[in-house]
Amino acid sequence: MALSLSTPAKSAGRATDPAPRDSPLRRKRNRERLRNLGFLSPWIVGFSVFFGYPLVATVYFSFMHYNQIKAPTFVGLRNWRYVLEQMPLFGPALWNTLWLVVVMVALRVVFGLGIGLLITKIKTGVGLFRTAFYIPYLAPPVAATVAFVFLLNPSTGPVNEMLSWIGLHGPNWFNDPNWSKPSLVLLSLWGIGDLMVIFMASLLDVPKEQYEAADLDGAGAWAKFRYVTWPAITPIVLFAVVTGVVQTMQYYTQALVAGKLASGVSIGPGTVIQPGYPDHSTLTVPQLVYSLGFQNFNTGAACVLSLVLFAIAMAVTLLLMRKSVGLIPAED
Amino acid sequence: MALWRFRTRVPLALGAAALLLSGCANPSNGSNTDDPTKPVTLKFWHGWSAPGEVEAIDENIARFEKLHPNIDVVSTGNVSDETINQALRAGGGDAPDVVTSFTTNNVGQYCSSGMWVDLDPFMRKSGIDKTKVFPKTLLDYTRYEGVQCATPLLADAFGMYYNKDAFEAAGITRPPRTMSEMKADAVKLTQRNKDGSLKRAGFMPNFQLYQNSPDRMFAQWGPEYFDAEGKAKLADEPKTEDFFTTMRDLSDAQGGYAAMERLRARFGDEMSSQNGFLTGRLAMHLDGEWRGLMLDEAKADFDWAVAPLPVPDDQADTYGRGYLTGTVAGIAHSSRHQNAAWELVKYLTIDTEPVVRFANAIHNVPSTFEALKSPDLDADPAFRAFIEIARNPHSQAVPPSNNGGQYINSFGDFSQSVEAGRTKDLHRALEDLDEQIDADNVQSEN
Repeated sequence: MALSLSTPAKSAGRATDPAPRDSPLRRKRNRERLRNLGFLSPWIVGFSVFFGYPLVATVYFSFMHYNQIKAPTFVGLRNWRYVLEQMPLFGPALWNTLWLVVVMVALRVVFGLGIGLLITKIKTGVGLFRTAFYIPYLAPPVAATVAFVFLLNPSTGPVNEMLSWIGLHGPNWFNDPNWSKPSLVLLSLWGIGDLMVIFMASLLDVPKEQYEAADLDGAGAWAKFRYVTWPAITPIVLFAVVTGVVQTMQYYTQALVAGKLASGVSIGPGTVIQPGYPDHSTLTVPQLVYSLGFQNFNTGAACVLSLVLFAIAMAVTLLLMRKSVGLIPAED
Repeated sequence: MALWRFRTRVPLALGAAALLLSGCANPSNGSNTDDPTKPVTLKFWHGWSAPGEVEAIDENIARFEKLHPNIDVVSTGNVSDETINQALRAGGGDAPDVVTSFTTNNVGQYCSSGMWVDLDPFMRKSGIDKTKVFPKTLLDYTRYEGVQCATPLLADAFGMYYNKDAFEAAGITRPPRTMSEMKADAVKLTQRNKDGSLKRAGFMPNFQLYQNSPDRMFAQWGPEYFDAEGKAKLADEPKTEDFFTTMRDLSDAQGGYAAMERLRARFGDEMSSQNGFLTGRLAMHLDGEWRGLMLDEAKADFDWAVAPLPVPDDQADTYGRGYLTGTVAGIAHSSRHQNAAWELVKYLTIDTEPVVRFANAIHNVPSTFEALKSPDLDADPAFRAFIEIARNPHSQAVPPSNNGGQYINSFGDFSQSVEAGRTKDLHRALEDLDEQIDADNVQSEN
């Protein structure tokens, strides 16, 4: 009775929603809303389960002491202070990750675009070159890394052997802290097939008329690339850079496998894998997250690291999406 | 209306999230009220994977099943500590009852978290006085803050393998006993290529070589890592600086760290035929007792022998000591058959006959007093040398910690920085290391 008295008064006060609660219009809107939700539900479920919940849980556990066996206890900012002020490996891991983001992503984009340009220009053997550059991308990361560590072995690897033929003393590659990250970059350039394909697709999509018009205007190769090709492919470059940044922020497998193999230490059931060989030069933040979270079971600190990584990835992505960076067409 | 919805739904959502989050945090608990004479199936996870090792442990299990016809053991090999750690934390019906770990680094974690149950009540029930069964060093590395959550299942001792042919060629008549003798012998044994690079190192002290972790080398000094209150005391421990100085001298006398690193980069995997000692690129080498079997199997083309690693000059009377570690066994907290599980743990780790048989089969050092003096132990001289190291009262294991031996990793990182010449003020750096270790320990405490 009270409800029936109060409802009209409330409804009357809502200028933006004049339809009564049980009106046909309202029912239609609700049906539409439900239908839309139904269509969106796979995404909503996926987003909630695989992103929303993990993010909320990560924030929650970053303020907890939790060893994954006893109930979590609130410790305030202790985990944050530990990671940001007291954990000596955080600095090298962050530096290595950012180094890889800057150098590896930039070189992969340049190299992928270069190979794409080359293959779209050549007249014969296109299929052969396309296949040759794409096949390495299909190799599983662990297998590819094992092969690379073998190829770059300072003692028995063929690369240093061939360098010695021309009088060069090859570096220690994965065994040298100064060469380990460049070696990982070489590995990533070897598997450039993914970027090559999308750059080829975007390059072939540039209208030929624009090149013809540029020819008529007497434009050279560089001018054509700068004023015709580049504006047309910037969305693809943006895509390559953003996905490259996100992937490199999660760089784990290749660095871990290369470090372990190069160290020569056998991995057995009693071996605790210390990532980053040599001298933490291949230690990345995701490896540190795994070590803290699933070797030391320091869940709180691992969550803090994950959130820092997430914040950096978001910040870099937002920066790249700014028009001033030049990867978003100005008229958009 | 909107405000009402907000006020209701937000707490509901937060409540649900909190339930969900905290619900993930409590794996099931097991039971120690089972009757071990009733039929039961035990799940046993262990780390052995080599065919000979698996055959040996399976043989022990078969004998156990004969003795206990009501207990069926399903064993799973090649299980790492990470897998055990994660499985026991996740809980579930398929979690193991009896578990082993190939490292003692995680014992503190297992005991303090309650993940492996306290075995003292089981020992009391069985009338076992653990101090009369296990050597103290081994007991120490299987307990943490009074909780004995593991028992030693054979031990690993570390000693020095040396190339007898190289010794003979260099005119060296016996293995060195002090660090000064070692340095002199190492210089004699070092060989160079025409370009001046190292062809063979007498002894490579580099901490990233195979089993050369600094805690293993440092054991020859008999250090104390923590004071009575559990605070790190490496800066106050005079042996620490002497250790680093001695290692540096040893390296410099043979060509220096960089030259050693160049040589090390040319070694293959430690378990492969390209192992540095096996290929003759190292004349003396720190390793565990298992290496002897591997050298025999690989048919090393030189004569070799084992001796204890030398000790500092001012501790010559402790010669014979070495670093000790080992496999440990325990019962999972989630096991619903803990009494039956104890029967298996007792059989594998305490009963002399299975311990001796298993030690002989896989050439690990026996871990009980009775087994150590058993006449049935293998008479192989190299194996006997490790048994002597294990029996030496000065032999040492590292103290357990509640964070998986994180201080050992910190000490390892620090040591690599020192040997590479990146540490200018050693004492100040050691003080920082102590602070770091204490911070890590506080962080892992609740």
